[in-house]
Amino acid sequence: MTIAQNNPGRAVLLMGNEAIARGALEAGVKVCAAYPGNPSSEIIGTLAGVADEMGLHVEWSVNEKVALEVAAAASLAGLRGLCAMKQNGLNVASDFLLNLNLTGIRGGLVVVVADDPAGVSSSNEEDSRIFAKLGDLPLLEPATFQEAKEMTREAFSLSEKLELPVVIRSVTRVSHARGNVALDELSQAGPKPGFDLSRPRCAFPALPNHRVLHEKFQRAREISAGSSFNFYRGPDKPDLIVITSGSGYLYSVEAAINLKIEERVGILKIGMTWPLPEAFVLRYLREAENFLFIEEVDPFLENNVKELFAQNCFDIGVKRFHGKANGMVPDVGELNPEIVTAAMENLLNVRQLSRPEDYGRVAREAVGGLVPARALGFCAGCPHRATYWAIKLALALDGRNGFVLGDIGCYSLGMGASGFGQMKTLHAMGSGAGLACGFGQLERFGLEQPVVAVCGDSTFYHAAIPALINARYNGANFLLLLLDNNATAMTGFQPHPGTGLTATGDKTPVIDLRAILEVFGASVEVVDPFDVESTVETILRMIRTEKGVHPVRNPNGCNLELSETSNQKMEKGEIISNGVKVLILRRECALVSAKRQKKLFRIEVDQERCLGEACGCNRLCTRIFKCPGLMWDRAAGKARIDEAICTGCGVCAEICPASAIRKEAA
Amino acid sequence: MFLPKDPFNVIIGGVGGQGNVLASQILGETLVAQGYVITIGETYGASQRGGSVMSHLRISAKNPFSPLIPEGQGDLLVALEPVEGLRILAPYGNPKIMTLLNTRPIHPIEVISGDADYPEVSKVIATIKELSSRIWTLNATEIALEMGDPIFSNIVMLGALSSIQVLPIDRKIFESVIEELLPSRAIEENMSAFDRGRAEVEEITKAKPV
Repeated sequence: MTIAQNNPGRAVLLMGNEAIARGALEAGVKVCAAYPGNPSSEIIGTLAGVADEMGLHVEWSVNEKVALEVAAAASLAGLRGLCAMKQNGLNVASDFLLNLNLTGIRGGLVVVVADDPAGVSSSNEEDSRIFAKLGDLPLLEPATFQEAKEMTREAFSLSEKLELPVVIRSVTRVSHARGNVALDELSQAGPKPGFDLSRPRCAFPALPNHRVLHEKFQRAREISAGSSFNFYRGPDKPDLIVITSGSGYLYSVEAAINLKIEERVGILKIGMTWPLPEAFVLRYLREAENFLFIEEVDPFLENNVKELFAQNCFDIGVKRFHGKANGMVPDVGELNPEIVTAAMENLLNVRQLSRPEDYGRVAREAVGGLVPARALGFCAGCPHRATYWAIKLALALDGRNGFVLGDIGCYSLGMGASGFGQMKTLHAMGSGAGLACGFGQLERFGLEQPVVAVCGDSTFYHAAIPALINARYNGANFLLLLLDNNATAMTGFQPHPGTGLTATGDKTPVIDLRAILEVFGASVEVVDPFDVESTVETILRMIRTEKGVHPVRNPNGCNLELSETSNQKMEKGEIISNGVKVLILRRECALVSAKRQKKLFRIEVDQERCLGEACGCNRLCTRIFKCPGLMWDRAAGKARIDEAICTGCGVCAEICPASAIRKEAA
Repeated sequence: MFLPKDPFNVIIGGVGGQGNVLASQILGETLVAQGYVITIGETYGASQRGGSVMSHLRISAKNPFSPLIPEGQGDLLVALEPVEGLRILAPYGNPKIMTLLNTRPIHPIEVISGDADYPEVSKVIATIKELSSRIWTLNATEIALEMGDPIFSNIVMLGALSSIQVLPIDRKIFESVIEELLPSRAIEENMSAFDRGRAEVEEITKAKPV
């Protein structure tokens, strides 16, 4: 494997996250831990792949706080440790981090946070750099792939020098991009670990510890001022200095080249962005009158530089600052070459056409007229589509406007068309179950709607267990649907405590979802979401409050009545008393199944039987169910299967009222 | 082979699940092994299939460039799906761009549900042709399905790319790259997918030069 080859000098193509992993290997890291989260997931994934070869402990921890505690323990024992997470993960880990800064650490401890500007695969686009400022922690921001590796390696020494955790802030365009990286020596050296009994690590009492932290911070300032990760590129006395960090650096360099203004623009690239390299920045504040800040998400450098300027303005005179505060750069979303180019064009009054204007107009018109939208949706054969279909049917049959509280995972798409718009809330990991603890108390105030929450298997271990214990303890009344697809699917199928495998592929006891739930007395049932009828019947039975079947409502014009058997089950079944009820919907992720190439069924549409628009089903399979494995054959006016996409789950065959979709065991 | 331009900007675009990311990685590694400096930016995150995806490759003899190609500066488009190819030309195309196109459509959910229409493929190809300086077309998905699995279509496209003689793609180096990236049982089939793509384009360029 490339990442662990000891081949100094060789240039290889590495993803930013792999470069970070390689930097850690060159620094002799010993313990690495994370909970998966894009765009950070490949850091630990990569290290797990070489753990045996390199003699490391690498783990997928149950959540980010535990991951940081695991890595910190290695550090407190004198070894080098690394913890990786996405921006939301730092919120989870922050409680520990903001006490660990007070006790200090021993072996180098690096916390990599990969931010997701524009929230491409996240619920928010928060800027994690603020946590470094909050905790007086050194902060590094890599701008290139080579630098991602160098900074990670250097961060371990810096951490040991200051006895503080060091934060590396990456972003999607570094973490999830690839570029050439020249390798250096690997290191497998490391001391024998031990906890130093003469150095207890207790954050309390806060005051003296806070004082020590500020002394360390003072030393960090001196280091920052001389860091080689900060540099200036450009002429003396330029018309404009761009102050930038991270992914903004390459955009700025290229925009200046493309606009042919390299003689007029200087680029002040800050690699160690906290503590701000004050003397270094002040020197360049004297060099120009106009400054432009190019950085991802929040005006972090922008505000810190302005603070520094305010402190020194008597000496350095009047300056103009441009950035997010004055609208020169958008204050939400991700940077791109166009944003940086437009800001430079505005400030220097230049213009460079990237292509003939009429080409752009013609191309945009052609696309506008011909190209259909393509929304994200569940994969063909995804168990979540079947699950949301069953939820939709069950809630419609129940007829009391039940609603679904959601959280983070592939199943978040349940808020959109592909999940029939069923999921109505989305916040943090485990928040569906947490909100249900509250909604589940509102019956006494007159809430009549059934409360349903969804939660994935990995999310359950990460954040939903406390909510469920709370629900049981305080008597909240709701149904949790536990969507168990046996993987952390959204971030790349990482194993979790329910899979029986560790990050390094070793076998480990399965921590059974059902057993955990039953220990604290939740009513638990298990169904296969591909068995649509049983799933609908079970959900309906678990949310009802009285015996019998509610009046059937029929929003789609077909196939909503339960079969006689299901109705009998409903009539006979016990009312489950109030409290927390859990239905486990168990079916492996379709992408994981596809890797083993096991198609469940061969699916075919019998076009003789398909009645098309005349059926009365309102094109249930395509217009309503919308699986990408189906197509609408416009010429024939009938449904058909796209053999390049269909995974053979067979759910469409179950829902077709004309029995025109046939499934045969493959 | 020299680069026609530095940086030379390639966009590989298609639909999530078509193997876009892997194709860009294989192409990138093949070029790094031949001494080029590559940056690849990928628009993916959530692993769900079905959305539009795009990889940007910046190929230079000496410098790293940013992972996003500036507007209007694509030099070569490798489109794994017809309307996705056209979609990419609006922001990144210019009169000099060349396009290699897989003609097999994948219908978006909006089309499956009847909320939008998928245009006639011939119309899409004609429009892409108008917006490109050269175009090569093949049905890579059909070839992959003939081989038994649509998963090979991205490799068929890379084979086709190697035969249009725009980028230096050495078959031997390509093979050594996939040997490092893919499980050993998959090498033979992927090499044959590469060769099928290569032969297909040689065939069509001989038959009807565009």
